[in-house]
Amino acid sequence: MRRILIALCLTIVATTARADIDIKEVTSPGGINAWVVEEPEIPFVALELRFQGGPVLDLPGKRGATNLMVGLLEEGSGDMSAQEFQAKLEELAASISFRATDDTISVSARFLTENKEDVVALLRQALVEPRFDQEALDRVRAQVISGIASDAKSPNTIASDTFSAAAYGDHPYGSAIEGTIESVGNLTQDDMRDAHRNALVRDRLYVAVVGDTTAETVGGLLDDLLGDLPQDGPPLPENITYDMAGGITVVDFDTPQSVALFGHGGMKRDDEDFFAAVIVNRVLGAGGFESRLMTEVREKRGLTYGISSFLVPRFHAEVMLGRVASSNETIAEAIEVTRSEWARMAEDGITAEELEVAKTYMTGEYPLRFDGNAEIAKIMVGMQMIGLTPEYVTNRNDFVEAVTLEDANRVAAELLQPENLHFVVVGKPVGLENTPSE
Amino acid sequence: MTRLFAALAIMMSAVAAQAEDVTTYTLDNGMEVVVIEDNRAPVVVHMLWYKVGSADEPEGVSGIAHFLEHLMFKGTNELASGEFSSVVAANGGSDNAFTSYDYTAYFQRVAADRLELMMQMESNRMNNLVLTPEEVESERGVILEERNQRTENSANALAREQFRAALFQNHRYGVPIIGWKHEMEQLDLQDAQDFYDLYYAPNNAILIVAGDVQPDEVLALAEQYYGVIPAEDQLPVRERPQEPPQRAERRITYVDARVSQPYLVRSYLAPERDPGAQTEAAALVYLAELLGGSPFTSALGQALQFDTQTAIYTNASYSASWLDDATFSFAVVPADGVTLSEAEEAMDEVISAFMEGEIDPARMESIRTQLRASEVYALDNVQGLAQRYGAALTQSLTVADVQAWPDILQSVTEEDIKAVAAKVFNRDQAVTGWVVSDQEEAR
Repeated sequence: MRRILIALCLTIVATTARADIDIKEVTSPGGINAWVVEEPEIPFVALELRFQGGPVLDLPGKRGATNLMVGLLEEGSGDMSAQEFQAKLEELAASISFRATDDTISVSARFLTENKEDVVALLRQALVEPRFDQEALDRVRAQVISGIASDAKSPNTIASDTFSAAAYGDHPYGSAIEGTIESVGNLTQDDMRDAHRNALVRDRLYVAVVGDTTAETVGGLLDDLLGDLPQDGPPLPENITYDMAGGITVVDFDTPQSVALFGHGGMKRDDEDFFAAVIVNRVLGAGGFESRLMTEVREKRGLTYGISSFLVPRFHAEVMLGRVASSNETIAEAIEVTRSEWARMAEDGITAEELEVAKTYMTGEYPLRFDGNAEIAKIMVGMQMIGLTPEYVTNRNDFVEAVTLEDANRVAAELLQPENLHFVVVGKPVGLENTPSE
Repeated sequence: MTRLFAALAIMMSAVAAQAEDVTTYTLDNGMEVVVIEDNRAPVVVHMLWYKVGSADEPEGVSGIAHFLEHLMFKGTNELASGEFSSVVAANGGSDNAFTSYDYTAYFQRVAADRLELMMQMESNRMNNLVLTPEEVESERGVILEERNQRTENSANALAREQFRAALFQNHRYGVPIIGWKHEMEQLDLQDAQDFYDLYYAPNNAILIVAGDVQPDEVLALAEQYYGVIPAEDQLPVRERPQEPPQRAERRITYVDARVSQPYLVRSYLAPERDPGAQTEAAALVYLAELLGGSPFTSALGQALQFDTQTAIYTNASYSASWLDDATFSFAVVPADGVTLSEAEEAMDEVISAFMEGEIDPARMESIRTQLRASEVYALDNVQGLAQRYGAALTQSLTVADVQAWPDILQSVTEEDIKAVAAKVFNRDQAVTGWVVSDQEEAR
């Protein structure tokens, strides 16, 4: 067996700050890859695991299975009940959290150096030997169902569920990962075992460890922790193309402020124009107070507390979305201003000054993200999942700097499609009708 | 000038010498300066805290503290409207502000070599804000939409507002930070200007600088930029209306069709951390953990979520940091088929059993260990440390109180907890609230 230890000394060079992050790439004796940053100053370790797939692997008719399974990982494993497991974790003053999102299962752990072995043993037990007791299944199911019922009365969740269903239909992206009251109500212990077997597999695992540890010792630790998981699982779903027509969908809901979620097709993360798109999006709606949408809708007109746009390059589809909330009486105006800003940028692009301001911010802000063991670990698993190498930490600001005004404006014209914007509006909006009408 | 090294006396073997590195100064005009060194990354957090919050507002203008916080991002004699945030962003930093009952704070997070620029701008807007009627008008629309978003659109937030209004009979803690809507609609330029002129002054402010800095350099900059601003001699003594003895239990039912799941909340008035007197507050931290910290190990969680399956969610919570009264709260979400009366009865049985029974020494030890460890984890978050000092110092605590707190937490005994619980669990100074979607559920 071979141990590969590549030490890369990376320095982020930015116009306003430099941060030294020394990322070591490690392959354990058992073949598990991980990125490690040694930060011995504070005696604790942050460990971050990501399994790609997660809820998109739900089997037909079993929507919500992966999410519920993830909720049960902390609810009893090995020979420990849920309460015994948590009591042990509390004695060790460690925290472990399990979370399912659209495409992933995230596991975040934080523990004192002196308790490393004990916590890793507990985490291994939760990941490899979950019990899925009927009692725990029923108890956590009730919590999930309560959450689903609550989502059904949340304007924001109604908006995103409506948008997703219209955009993606039967694809897993078309429905909430929590499932429906009916689908979750029917899930069994066997469904939990299937979801566990399918989702927690080493082929789709990404690992980062940051803190008071060494690259030399991490390999053994990871083999103990993850070595007993199966190697591979069922295939991921096909990609799906977003092609919803522009228009407005009103969902009637009795609440004083309307919530709008809107968007159209986006750009893939590995597109060579991605950084140009990020800059365009920042100037349009992701630049906090500085963005055009905030200036026009909030600062000048006082129509909202917040409006934003964002690029969402997911594994199986890519969209560009935005959100705004405004009183039922003023949401129509907020939407009109949004559309016209969208059109103005598609047509005229951004200015040279806006480009420079966006670049200065983005390059200056980047090193400030690496400000805590858990934050660094999360950034590193995120990078691995989208196929970046550790050198990206050093090169990323060069990609930003390389975007020219021509690039930005060519991309603005392609990316921004005001006529294709579809708005889902939840509330009692005055002066808005469904278009195209059904 | 004093230089204090916080000695947290953490007793774990591996974490003996861990503590934040804190230096404090007071400028001639009365402004306090706290520097927290953390040289792990070339970043600095610059925070200016004013000892004024929504609970200091005059009657009739609720929300003015928060409204002024928004308006502080408009222009000054040197900065154009919006320029403050633009300059921070152009330097790769981020900035924001927040208003609470007891304080209003402005902060920037930026590369350490940009500290001087932050001080220059922040000190400029302490005394030189220039408001225009047009900006005040449109920003009032923004805060009303903020209230819509945070409160009017949320049944839970509206319910919380009602609980606090019922719990506090005289103190301004019963008035929402963002303001009552009908008063927010009337806020004008003069209201904001009056509040600003009176309260925004160096002798009412605390500067916290945390990150990759040298204390003496921070002091020199602070003297240059903040030290030249005259103290406000009209600054009122901070004495706010206090609660009278509360003599009657209050119960409210909040009905809102947007409630998906009925639940109940009970809040009691409780002691807060006071200068030189933090023991009761420390004991309440344990009480909340023991009764409703983790669903798996707390008394409520075990009894209601595991043993009887009466509830799908239980919680006890206590936040120790307030200038005036704190609150101790319970929340229970009943399981399907369990009424609110049954859930409340079950909750009260757990509280009674706790008062009559012994506290498990193993649970005490577990909580002590977690609190000790949380001090280690806290060192990884310099902004969190800055926040800890800023909040405490605006709420009348001293640096010494902040640094004594971890030790005080470690020394809490079973007797301390029982004694403070007996004092706090008095239904005459509590509100019990039911939140339901219709009257049918209120049973």
